Amino acid sequence: MSVGPEAAFSMRGNLLRKNLLTALLLAPATLWLVVFLVLPFVAIAIFSVGERAPEGGYQAAFTLAQYANLPARATAFWNTMVLAPVGALACLLVAYPVAYYLALKAPERWRLILLALVVIPFWTSLLMRTYAWMYVLGGRGIPALLALVGIEDVRLINTPGAVLLGIVYGYLPLMILPIYVSLERLDRRLLEASADLGATPLSTFLGVTLRLSLPGVMTGFSLVMILLLGEYLIPTLLGGGKVFFIGNALVDLFLQSRNWPFGSAIAITLVLVSVVVLIAANRISTRLSGARRVDLI
Amino acid sequence: MSKSYRDGLPISPEKFVDQLMRLKRGSIGRREFLGLTGLGVATAVMARELGIMPTPAYAAENLGDRMSIATWPNYHDPATFESFKAETGVAVEVNVFGSNEEMLAKLQAGASGWSLFVPTNYTISTYKKLGIIEALDMAKLANFDGTQEDPRFTSEGTIDGVTYAVPKNWGTTGFSINTKKLTKPMTSWKEFWDTAMAEGDGRTMVHDYQLTTIGNALKYYGYSFNSLKPDELAKAEELLLKVKPHLFAVSSDYQPSMRAGDAWMTMCWTNDGAQLNRGIPEIAYVLGKEGGEIWTDFYAIPKDAPNKPAGYALLNYLMNPKVAVKEHLANGAPSTDARVNALLPKEVLDNPILYPAADLLTPLEFGAAATLTDPGRAELMARFKSA
Repeated sequence: MSVGPEAAFSMRGNLLRKNLLTALLLAPATLWLVVFLVLPFVAIAIFSVGERAPEGGYQAAFTLAQYANLPARATAFWNTMVLAPVGALACLLVAYPVAYYLALKAPERWRLILLALVVIPFWTSLLMRTYAWMYVLGGRGIPALLALVGIEDVRLINTPGAVLLGIVYGYLPLMILPIYVSLERLDRRLLEASADLGATPLSTFLGVTLRLSLPGVMTGFSLVMILLLGEYLIPTLLGGGKVFFIGNALVDLFLQSRNWPFGSAIAITLVLVSVVVLIAANRISTRLSGARRVDLI
Repeated sequence: MSKSYRDGLPISPEKFVDQLMRLKRGSIGRREFLGLTGLGVATAVMARELGIMPTPAYAAENLGDRMSIATWPNYHDPATFESFKAETGVAVEVNVFGSNEEMLAKLQAGASGWSLFVPTNYTISTYKKLGIIEALDMAKLANFDGTQEDPRFTSEGTIDGVTYAVPKNWGTTGFSINTKKLTKPMTSWKEFWDTAMAEGDGRTMVHDYQLTTIGNALKYYGYSFNSLKPDELAKAEELLLKVKPHLFAVSSDYQPSMRAGDAWMTMCWTNDGAQLNRGIPEIAYVLGKEGGEIWTDFYAIPKDAPNKPAGYALLNYLMNPKVAVKEHLANGAPSTDARVNALLPKEVLDNPILYPAADLLTPLEFGAAATLTDPGRAELMARFKSA
């Protein structure tokens, strides 16, 4: 039986209407992305093949000199490539037990309150919270308390430890929440089955709990790591500006030496590196957790 | 006690920030801070900002109701802007910067939104060349009197007979030492850098600012503060890289760390040196005997200022010696204006931090325009910071 022309027409009409609806629904997000992501990215790409004007800023040109100059910021790239995974790992080590407790051990009636406590600090700007740490770690904070018990001249602020602390503190909720979500969905019967089949609590944890929560772990890890790739505030405020990350290099290139083309070339490179890192993280996570994929890009 | 128009008025945003900064510097306690800036008071400020409480209107010219100024940290008496608002109805938003480069970057990018800003002497010729500052209409600045200014400090505001900027104050770049922690007397940049690697290990700060950090490292070898010579800059870099692991911080915001006792020694501008010494007498200010920087900060108006009438009005207001004298008392930097000096109390004029002996001033150099835009110095600074 063939389909009559009217039916085909109305089917096409339906399809058109559906497509139009989809397009309308997608329009705001698309417009947002084009205006605030694609266009600036194109501008930066154009800047990156230009030259620094004699007084600073941008001067039109077509040269790859800025990219050839990238090794001048090799230390900053290297520092960032170390900071991002180490910071994310430190976050993970602190976050996992918290998420585990929240999802599996905390009494039901407390769970919401405890979760709220994890999220509430996020309502205050990171800048304010990092400033607060400056005073807690500074000479009038913990060192002053230590001086009371006779331990003089302790310096906590502007040390690598202070930077790591600031990072863990600042990004903790971003790590806790995805892990919590994946642990909360965990089918408890699997744990019982594992125990019934003679597994020790440790091997149950490693073989079942940890394994099934890996998508959450990788999501949290990738989220924190991407943000850390561009981090410059915490190292500046808690590290005393002595440790130079790629974010700091970018700030200086745009605000101090006003070398916009070189800054743009670094920005483009940073984006490419982030994409590569993410793809790698995705691959690893897919392999580790079997078939389940975590898509961030 | 005289009654001021301010009595009984709620705290202004500027004052709030001032109190917050004082709390931050530790010159008032938390309790006092809360008392001065409590919730009820904050609500009143909001009510006024939202226009529930009226502000007096200014008769002569339409100045609008707000403007924005770009300036340096701890640089003005907040009461100045408050009284300007009381007289004109114009609220002044204050933007604070850490380096001339940063101000230039904002102006180059366009739409800074400032109607007045405070550039340092050596940057003015670049601003003029780029065409981003206004040739000042002196008729609108009746309070400014060029004949009363010390030409040593003011010449760079005028280019080819046209005035682009008028001076705010002058000052020097030396270093501050906490003499309770570092007891050895110091008089030179050589001692500054050597101490940073010895007794001052882990307790020394340098500016996050190429002009002064590189310039004062050049002074270690007796080179010019403004040198652009590759071999001299290479020596300065060698010193900076050697000192780097011993530093407490690379930052131009050193008052909080010095006040908290975290840092014991820092590169320092006159006005900060005077403020630190005023709050904590054991923090001394030293000018390196090899020389270093002498500077003048100016007021200038960007060409794209959104509210030029208010920019001129505020500038003219600030040039009134009676207003300027209060600015100098708060800020701590010396004035270029003889009329202001006549009004300053004797103990200020006798303060060697503000008015150093002539033999210490002689070797000082004004920053050179070329250092602002030289890519070599910018890259050296980046290598120092990333080391």
